[in-house]
Amino acid sequence: MTGQGRLAAWGIGLAALVALPFVYRDPYHLHILVLILIWSFAYTSWSMMGRFGLVSLGHGGFMGIGAYVTALLWNHLGLSPWIGIPISMAAAGALAMIVGYPCFRFRITGHYFVLVTLALSGIVLQVITATRDYTGGSLGYTPNRASGNKLLALQFDGKTTWYLIALAVWLFGIVVWHWVDRSMARYALEAISEDEDAAAAAGVDVTAEKLKITLLSALMTALAGAIYCQYQMFITPDTVSGIAVSLQMVFAAIVGGLFVSLGPTVGAIITILLAETLRIGFGTKAVGWDNLVYGVLLVIFIIFLPKGILGSLLDRLKPQRKVPRAHEQEAVQIARPGT
Amino acid sequence: MQTFLDIFDIYLLEAVINGILLGGVLALLALGLNLIFGVIDVTWICYAELVMLGMYAMYFMVQYYGVSYFVAAPFTILLVAVLGAALHYLVIAPLLTAPPINQLLATGGVLFVLQSFATVAFGIDFRNLGIRLPVLAFGDMNFSYARLLSFVAALVGMVAVYLFMTRTFTGTAIRAISQDRQIMALMGVDTKRIYLITSALGGALAGLAACLLVLQYDVHPFVGLSFGPITFLICVLGGLGNFIGGFIAAFLFAEIISLGGLFSDLEWGYVLAFAFFIVMMFIRPAGLLARRR
Amino acid sequence: MLELRGVNAGYGTFQALFDVNLDVKAGEAVGVIGPNGAGKTTLMRIISGLIRPSRGSITMEGVDVVATPPHKIVSLGIAHVPENRRLFPQLTVDDNLKMGAFMKEARDHYAERLEVVFDLFPRLKERRHQMAGTMSGGEQQMCAIGRALMSNPKLLLLDEPSAGLAPVVVQQVFELVKRIRASGLTVLIVEQNVQQVLKVVDRAYLIEAGTIRASGTSAEMLASDTVKEAYLGV
Repeated sequence: MTGQGRLAAWGIGLAALVALPFVYRDPYHLHILVLILIWSFAYTSWSMMGRFGLVSLGHGGFMGIGAYVTALLWNHLGLSPWIGIPISMAAAGALAMIVGYPCFRFRITGHYFVLVTLALSGIVLQVITATRDYTGGSLGYTPNRASGNKLLALQFDGKTTWYLIALAVWLFGIVVWHWVDRSMARYALEAISEDEDAAAAAGVDVTAEKLKITLLSALMTALAGAIYCQYQMFITPDTVSGIAVSLQMVFAAIVGGLFVSLGPTVGAIITILLAETLRIGFGTKAVGWDNLVYGVLLVIFIIFLPKGILGSLLDRLKPQRKVPRAHEQEAVQIARPGT
Repeated sequence: MQTFLDIFDIYLLEAVINGILLGGVLALLALGLNLIFGVIDVTWICYAELVMLGMYAMYFMVQYYGVSYFVAAPFTILLVAVLGAALHYLVIAPLLTAPPINQLLATGGVLFVLQSFATVAFGIDFRNLGIRLPVLAFGDMNFSYARLLSFVAALVGMVAVYLFMTRTFTGTAIRAISQDRQIMALMGVDTKRIYLITSALGGALAGLAACLLVLQYDVHPFVGLSFGPITFLICVLGGLGNFIGGFIAAFLFAEIISLGGLFSDLEWGYVLAFAFFIVMMFIRPAGLLARRR
Repeated sequence: MLELRGVNAGYGTFQALFDVNLDVKAGEAVGVIGPNGAGKTTLMRIISGLIRPSRGSITMEGVDVVATPPHKIVSLGIAHVPENRRLFPQLTVDDNLKMGAFMKEARDHYAERLEVVFDLFPRLKERRHQMAGTMSGGEQQMCAIGRALMSNPKLLLLDEPSAGLAPVVVQQVFELVKRIRASGLTVLIVEQNVQQVLKVVDRAYLIEAGTIRASGTSAEMLASDTVKEAYLGV
């Protein structure tokens, strides 16, 4: 496909997506679409790090901070989400720096990095639960309904409005993904994921490059959490933070495909449709069943299809599409082995 | 003012000792993870979830079927050992040649499976054994028997592992395999079998920890989340695969959690422990005992 | 005792051995000499099962070695002292020897074998509680040979036992090989130190670029012009 043709396809697809809620108004289906778009954005944010071998299980923490800080500022200080969201993103970014800097500076990679970030999301969950006087603990938390200006409070009743917001945010995520993909940073990060020492020897500032992508990824993930909170108007520690949410991100990104821009989106479509189908199929007894199937599928995917559905499909459809990047050549290589 | 300080001192000492008691169980958990990492080079993210299943096994045997605690414990240890071996056989073994991160993520999938299995099978209620062990008063300080018992049992468990590792041929092979994997065949060692035994042993340690934790904590499907992260931090700080480092780090963290819990909720103890961990990364980036793989 | 017929082997696309035929009869000491990278170590590795030949057959006393799982090959009576000794550096000498007696048959005779090895290497007995990695090169070589002997093998494969050792120690190592021979063990030894090894073995093979170039008794090899010019520097 030529560059122009591709652009045209994106344009037509987008136009169709924007037009959709005006033609089709089933609230349940729109609700599912909004969820898919928000989570796709979160998964895309994760994959920006994950594709370079930076497997973080701390993103549940960033998402939780985005959701809870925004809601807490609104309820307790009456601060509009328009200010609250940037503050929550800054908080998540700061935490990412605090944990990321020593990790990258001291070359904590592979298993060590995964475990440190895993602990990070565990700790965020603990804090949300511990501060139950403010956050409602594991029972969940609801932002106060706005009495005045809905726009100021970023609270809307119409599904269509939310659909368009979610679409914009999702599109923003995809654009950032492509922006990184075309940037010099990509080459630096790929070199790092290949061989950190060699990259450093070649003049790449390993710590700075890793910190940059981590910061970007954390900021976007916090935004996803905040948007999710504003849309659902109800959050619990388990749905927006913790290890389970982090793993959910990894799972969806892997299912969809890590190395293609729409991979995480495909992952979100598959996982959310799966969860919804199971939820409807089993009724209220479904608690746990969807995650059970998730888990089994994740294991099966890692063993048999580590490139993900979209990634594998694209490979099969156009094997000569392009010269594979070095770190994609080994089919099973999601990330570099530990040091 | 004087009396206030006296009371404070006693609470402090009590917290220190409780920290040591907690450290025993954490050290047991860290030992299991380190053993598996040292031998097979893989981290079981779902380790705490194996403990959770063990706790349920204890709960059902003791509370539901009326089996005595000390009869149920060996069965639980055996059960979790079998689970550990099964985990290796079904998930890790097919991924042995894949990058280690893939193995780690696959155990993340198992974490999902185990948590949701527990939710589906047992519901999300908090359950406890209903055994209330007496509290031991020592001067003005109070210690629960449950903690004392777990500490002693954890130590016994670790000594048993130590003896197994040093006295038996299989134990020696487990220590040897982490030093030179390739030549094990020359010794007539079937590495696959050693991996399976190690996984079962790691499972058994999780089972033992389950028997001890169920005395002090309620069991629910997400109970693994409350001590899993801390175990990982201990292992990273002590150096993955480093038994002694893990042991020391376990007691360090237990003290921080216990002393942190003195001043507010236990959860803040975890936050303190994490902050301590970040600081330690700057001070000792290579881990406590500086043996990095 | 040991027979290799038409053996080809390699790593990935790189072929290291081409149609190698080699025999070791019971009670013999056989040497394999040749330059670096000729395939000597590969030869040892395919016999002990560390790598598998792509073609050809290997039999030990009539048993098909290629069809035997690697960890069962020790049980056929083949013990391999690998290149660079490959001890477990952070295990004690005792534990290293214990590993040598890991297989079922050897485990039952652990105490006897330990005595035999300590008789042969009294030095190891003195150092039994020391970490293997902290010993001198010569001591480590003793430990590696001792570890192989723990399985009570019929055939001992020695891969470059003199590599990286001081000349005096090299002398000692070859003395050891002589003594091991005298105890009735069959030995296949790979060496770069041609002069020394030809004094110890009955027969030798010259291997170059993965192919057997020449073979004969030690005397014949010593007299051969190819060997003389290339390896003895005469």
